[in-house]
Amino acid sequence: MRGLDRLLRLVGAALLTIFVAITINFVIFRAAPGDAVSNISAIPRASAQEKLALRHEFGLDKSLGEQYLLYLKQLAHGNLGESFSSRESVSHVLVRAIGNTIPMVLLGTAIAIALGVALGVFAAYRHGSAGDHVGVGAALALYALPTQWVGLMLIVLFAGVLPTGGMQDEFLIEPGFWSHAQDVARHMVLPALTLGVGLLGQFALITRSSMLDVMGEDYVLTARAKGLGRRRALTRHALRNATLPLVNLIALSLGTIVAGAVLVETVFSWPGIGRVVYTAVSTRDYPVLQGAFLVLTVSVICCNLIADLVVLRLDPRVRA
Amino acid sequence: MSFDLVTRPHASLGGPASMRARALARVRRRPAALLGGLIVAGFVLVAIAAPLLTAHGPGTRVGPPFAPPSAAHPLGLDDGGVDVLSQLIWGARVSLLIGFAAAAVSMLVGGSLGLLSGYFGGVVDTVLARVIDYFLVVPVLPLMIVVAAIWGPSVLHIIVIVGLLLWTTTARVVRAQVQSVRERGYVRRAEAIGAGHARIVVRHVLPQVGPLLIANTVLTVGVAIFAETALAFLGLGDPSAASWGAMIEAAFSGSAISAGAWWAIVPPGLCVAAVIIGCSLVGVSVEDALNPRLATSHLSRRTFRLIRDADD
Repeated sequence: MRGLDRLLRLVGAALLTIFVAITINFVIFRAAPGDAVSNISAIPRASAQEKLALRHEFGLDKSLGEQYLLYLKQLAHGNLGESFSSRESVSHVLVRAIGNTIPMVLLGTAIAIALGVALGVFAAYRHGSAGDHVGVGAALALYALPTQWVGLMLIVLFAGVLPTGGMQDEFLIEPGFWSHAQDVARHMVLPALTLGVGLLGQFALITRSSMLDVMGEDYVLTARAKGLGRRRALTRHALRNATLPLVNLIALSLGTIVAGAVLVETVFSWPGIGRVVYTAVSTRDYPVLQGAFLVLTVSVICCNLIADLVVLRLDPRVRA
Repeated sequence: MSFDLVTRPHASLGGPASMRARALARVRRRPAALLGGLIVAGFVLVAIAAPLLTAHGPGTRVGPPFAPPSAAHPLGLDDGGVDVLSQLIWGARVSLLIGFAAAAVSMLVGGSLGLLSGYFGGVVDTVLARVIDYFLVVPVLPLMIVVAAIWGPSVLHIIVIVGLLLWTTTARVVRAQVQSVRERGYVRRAEAIGAGHARIVVRHVLPQVGPLLIANTVLTVGVAIFAETALAFLGLGDPSAASWGAMIEAAFSGSAISAGAWWAIVPPGLCVAAVIIGCSLVGVSVEDALNPRLATSHLSRRTFRLIRDADD
């Protein structure tokens, strides 16, 4: 029953972290100098009464404890408040945006994992040789370049060949399903590629170091000693055992993926959650910013939980 | 690039002084560490000597917007007609200041909390473990964005925000290392002959943790500079301080791309990358030298140089 025990503990820890995140999210925004209403830039010369009315409307005139309970209650109903600038429901804005973000991020991450793991395994296999140095150098260079800069460079290189902004061609009138899908796919290439390039180097470095770690283990020596070829020992014995730390470490870089998405969506005006964050920052739209931050945090916590569960499933030592 | 250092599994250190000497010797033998050190030192020198190297102060207009590179302005002019090269040199000051100061904040906070919780354990350790767990999963950039948006943009705020959001990586590494050093025989013996906590920490624990802490801090410098470029790009940088991040942002919002002014975009990105590569080379070399497990690899060619491989 060890597996079940672990599973319950993981889920419990995730729920606790989500609760902490919700509370911190409340505290940060209440700790703002002046409350949100005094920061609404849309009404520069609001009268005292108007401000009071707004304060009442957003519940800012209640005590902190009351506000916290109200916030939890609203949250339990899936209500994240409404946008200061557009008065639209925050959850609607976020749901629409997430739907646009997910395919782009998945494609970018897939590119990064495929190329990054291949590069990392190659460098580890050639440990200490010229191939290793070139591989590590390339990975380090990609790791070091600011994501937003990579995006700008790709725009410079591919402007005219591929669309560099937005998610669809605004001038396509009532496109059919296929031409629409094709259009979106074309728009997705550069953002996803930028995200992939931004993450690739990190994944390659992580893969290389966990491969090197595994390659020093005695069972790899045993595999070689019993006559397995280097390549077979690599794929069957080293790579399989490096998978566990890899899943863990890639899960830990989810925060990086989110950061990359925010920057990429800003560069390419991709109408996803990152762009929502950017717009909310520039208009000081706190409810939207708060909601977006909560959604991002909770999704990273959930993805981490899923990664933990995958490890639980993959690791025979835990499953027994 | 990430907002978390590239995490690598750590093997623990062996015996006391001799082991450290050997590790240091290994760092010195690494050309990568030397190269990284030279890169960072070069940028630091340029930043310090900025007034000597530039003809104009930061942000001085010297010609038409996006004038291409010429003999007088080898990297051309940006969207405000400012010489890109001198702006780059002034930007080194801001970016490096933010990088080093934020890393120092994170070293102080992360180092001391990691030391405390690793050494004493107990309640401090339990609380710290929870906090580290939280920061491990929370997406750091959005958190920085939120705090920076609320707190308002200034260089000092950015230093504090970045430093205070990056310390958990350091604390995690230091804590694990201290926990393992604490159980060593010589620490136990020092305790048995009556050494106080302060003496044990200063004489026996810190010297073992020091190199790792420094490696981690050097890596954090790069991460902090990277974080600053991201914040600046999202419009949360200090408007009065032209960092490299602000230059990239200006190139983006000033539509350098549609003007075809690649000279305004390329240099700041390459500078950021160069500093981060330099920091990573130093930090990772120190970490590698401290990790004896990486020296053994049963699949590398060297181990089996004498044997003809059947599959090669």
